[in-house]
Amino acid sequence: MNNLFNYIDRPSPIHRLTGATKFLCLMLWSFAAMSTFDTRLLLALSIASILMFKVSKIKWKEVSFMIGFASVFLIMNTILQYLFSPQHGTSVYGTCTYVFSGLKGYYAPTYEQLFYVSNYLLKYISTIPIILLFVCTTNPSEFAASLNKIGVKYSIAYSVALALRYIPDVQRQFHEISQAQQARGIEMSKKASPIKRLKAASAILIPLVLSSMDKVEIVSNAMELRGFGKNKKRTWYMGRKFNTFDILAIVICALIVVVAFGLNYLNGSRFYNPFI
Amino acid sequence: MKKFSVKTIVATGIGAALFFVLGRFVAIPSGIPNTNISIQYGLLAFIAAVFGPIAGLLAGLIGHFFIDFSYGWGVWWSWVITSAFFGCFVGAGASKLKIEDGEFAVKDIIYFNVVQVIGHLLSWAVIAPILDIVMYQEPANKVFVQGLVSAGVNILATAIVGTLLCIAYAKAKPKQGSLKEEA
Repeated sequence: MNNLFNYIDRPSPIHRLTGATKFLCLMLWSFAAMSTFDTRLLLALSIASILMFKVSKIKWKEVSFMIGFASVFLIMNTILQYLFSPQHGTSVYGTCTYVFSGLKGYYAPTYEQLFYVSNYLLKYISTIPIILLFVCTTNPSEFAASLNKIGVKYSIAYSVALALRYIPDVQRQFHEISQAQQARGIEMSKKASPIKRLKAASAILIPLVLSSMDKVEIVSNAMELRGFGKNKKRTWYMGRKFNTFDILAIVICALIVVVAFGLNYLNGSRFYNPFI
Repeated sequence: MKKFSVKTIVATGIGAALFFVLGRFVAIPSGIPNTNISIQYGLLAFIAAVFGPIAGLLAGLIGHFFIDFSYGWGVWWSWVITSAFFGCFVGAGASKLKIEDGEFAVKDIIYFNVVQVIGHLLSWAVIAPILDIVMYQEPANKVFVQGLVSAGVNILATAIVGTLLCIAYAKAKPKQGSLKEEA
């Protein structure tokens, strides 16, 4: 299961933070990066996030695959954005300065558009390393246990833990049923048309889902017999206590959000505008 | 049955696990970037229709969060929230169906599909694009085209997969009053 979620166990200050802290920090950080288009703050956040990567002792080799994936995704999105709306930057910043004075028209590059696109990219460069960090340094089971600590009802936290517990089971079962159905001649590969593949997927799904529904019955009966949900609180095997670093990390991330909103207020909009 | 019982908690957890596995390993590409034919929405509609809006909401939220989480390229909150909304909407809309008691006749099939079509249109053609614009300031026409395409393919996937699942599940359940006292 840990392989599936890219969790890399290694002693570092970031690993020692509890899952709840990291989750809260991730939310605050991405909220700050989402709310502002201020280039200066985004640049600072990007540098900070790359520095934190160094602190976590995660090696480039271990995440290069995911970064490659994210880059392809980003580039496609940026191209699509340019195709649909090459004048978006001009409408955001209110001015229109062509890069090549000889080249004018709807698709001609403008400095405003380039600046907008670089801000857009910077937004992702400041959040993607943080998300990767969260993914690589958080033990999924500990994460489920720590959700309860930041105020999520324990029944919901338990749903998360159950999902994590059953993902490998469902995966294995899916694989078994899929092979059994393929042996009976159901085509799942690229050779079949999408509609055919949808139907083939249903032939796997029905046994998979019906047996999972039996599992729901069995597990919930077992939990009810053991008195689950009787008390207001419960303890967690994987739970850990907050320490000073946890509180410090949360305070810093909360401050970043305050700064982001302060800048939005000072700039008069979500954009930092160097063109006027 | 439809209140937040132990069974709902377990159904949410296992539903999220199913949603994750289907979304992660059974993606059928549709041709437009970032948009797959996602059969997991058929499953989500089914879970929501059987176990109610809270199970639908949480299964969508947890399942979609873990899909993004496991890819490692970033959690796309606007779409995670939209998945949760879809689960909740179908759960609330289909609460009058009695699939659990083995009832899923032709008029129920039509009703279920009307609910899921409205749910998908609201989710992908309205809520997801608006969240994208608010959160990421993306150009409106781009996100609306993406949203409409995914609404279309999701409706198709849910109509096939979701309906089949409901029929199969209802058949496997004994009908109410199906036992008769012998004279």
